Amino acid sequence: MAAVVLVDSGGANIGSVRYALQRLGVDAPVTHDAARIRSASHVILPGVGTAAAGMARLRETGLIDILRGLRQPLLGICLGMQLLYERSDEGAAQCLGLLGGSVRRLRPRADVRVPHMGWNRLRVVRDDPLLEGVGPGEHVYFVHGYAPAVDSATLAECDHGGAFAAVVRRGNVCGMQFHPERSGSVGARLLANFLES
Amino acid sequence: MLTRRIIPCLDVRDGKVVKGVRFRDHVPMGGIEELALRYRDAGADEIVFYDIAASPCGTTVDCAWVERVARLLDIPFCVAGGIRSVAQARAVLRAGADKISVNSPALERPKLIDELADAFGVQCVVVGIDSWRDADGQWRLRQYSGDPEKMRALARPTLDWIDEAQRRGAGEIVLNCMHADGVRAGYDIEQLSAARAVCRVPLIASGGAGDSGHFLDAFVNADVDGALAASVFHSGTIAIPELKRVLAGCGVAVRR
Repeated sequence: MAAVVLVDSGGANIGSVRYALQRLGVDAPVTHDAARIRSASHVILPGVGTAAAGMARLRETGLIDILRGLRQPLLGICLGMQLLYERSDEGAAQCLGLLGGSVRRLRPRADVRVPHMGWNRLRVVRDDPLLEGVGPGEHVYFVHGYAPAVDSATLAECDHGGAFAAVVRRGNVCGMQFHPERSGSVGARLLANFLES
Repeated sequence: MLTRRIIPCLDVRDGKVVKGVRFRDHVPMGGIEELALRYRDAGADEIVFYDIAASPCGTTVDCAWVERVARLLDIPFCVAGGIRSVAQARAVLRAGADKISVNSPALERPKLIDELADAFGVQCVVVGIDSWRDADGQWRLRQYSGDPEKMRALARPTLDWIDEAQRRGAGEIVLNCMHADGVRAGYDIEQLSAARAVCRVPLIASGGAGDSGHFLDAFVNADVDGALAASVFHSGTIAIPELKRVLAGCGVAVRR
């Protein structure tokens, strides 16, 4: 079987995603090589940083059209998920457009601190093999200041001063706004489900 | 609902976890990886590793143990200690840390906070603040607190710096109330409440935890997002599952 690959999006958290996959017995190389990404069984787009910087990095490495043309399962994690949308408010970035809609800044209030940092509950809104074995109200670890709105691609939502999409899937394109690699056994299960898709 | 975080802090010196009283007289507590896994299993929401020797010596954190911890842990962790450039922060994040925390180097050169936020996003950037209540009742900053020989008292009021750090791009503030640290008489609710009033990003209480009621007090009365402690966890005085049971019973949202 062709390899699972991690796209080198320039994000600094690639190491932790790679180690999480190793704990599942999968050694995924980090690459920006177009041929390796095209021939992979599963492609993961991690990312920490800003949307504008993330897109600039994908443009520099010539990966924008490669990612847009993938037919195999693709998972965006955190910023990687945000890059799957049409655009992001963060740096007014044009993104990959694999999912419809925009990524918006979370709105702070006195009791809603931004960035949204910590463990929060998933509310499953649509059954999907990606959520297999994930019980109701499980906690996962979030660290982000921007998020996509809930729409028809949303499998699970989360609430922080309003609902936002936490797990999404449209066809082969999947996204997780939290960090499955840092979400204990729940996160490990979600990554394993993706690898089985 | 976002849960309140329980955060064991491992002060690291020469590759070992240590704990002192009032930031002095550090006593060895155990190995880094052993303690990290013990706290993960107990239900810690996050772990902070603070290399207390790095900043006064002008050295930076050793990435080898960061990578070993990153391979083992499936909960988030933050690394602090001597990070004074984007390149050093990148090395620590690449080794697998989720966040980096800057303290003394940000006081030396506040623009470091802007640079880190620009490079990695504010969500990666924690600013640690050591604060002491002076004789006049004013809370003021301390720098290089990891080493009593080099520690300096600054004229700058703590609340001022909290405001500036956020404007520059701090995504989280950890406020160490030094006069309370290690004496287990409770968090400094008065200072934390004053900090909360000016802090729009997540605020983490540090210094003073002695029993479960102290955590409850910090969450309910100072509205902090997380509470950090070291010796009460290392010594077994407080077990995290029991602490979370108490907090949940009092209506505080925690992950269990």
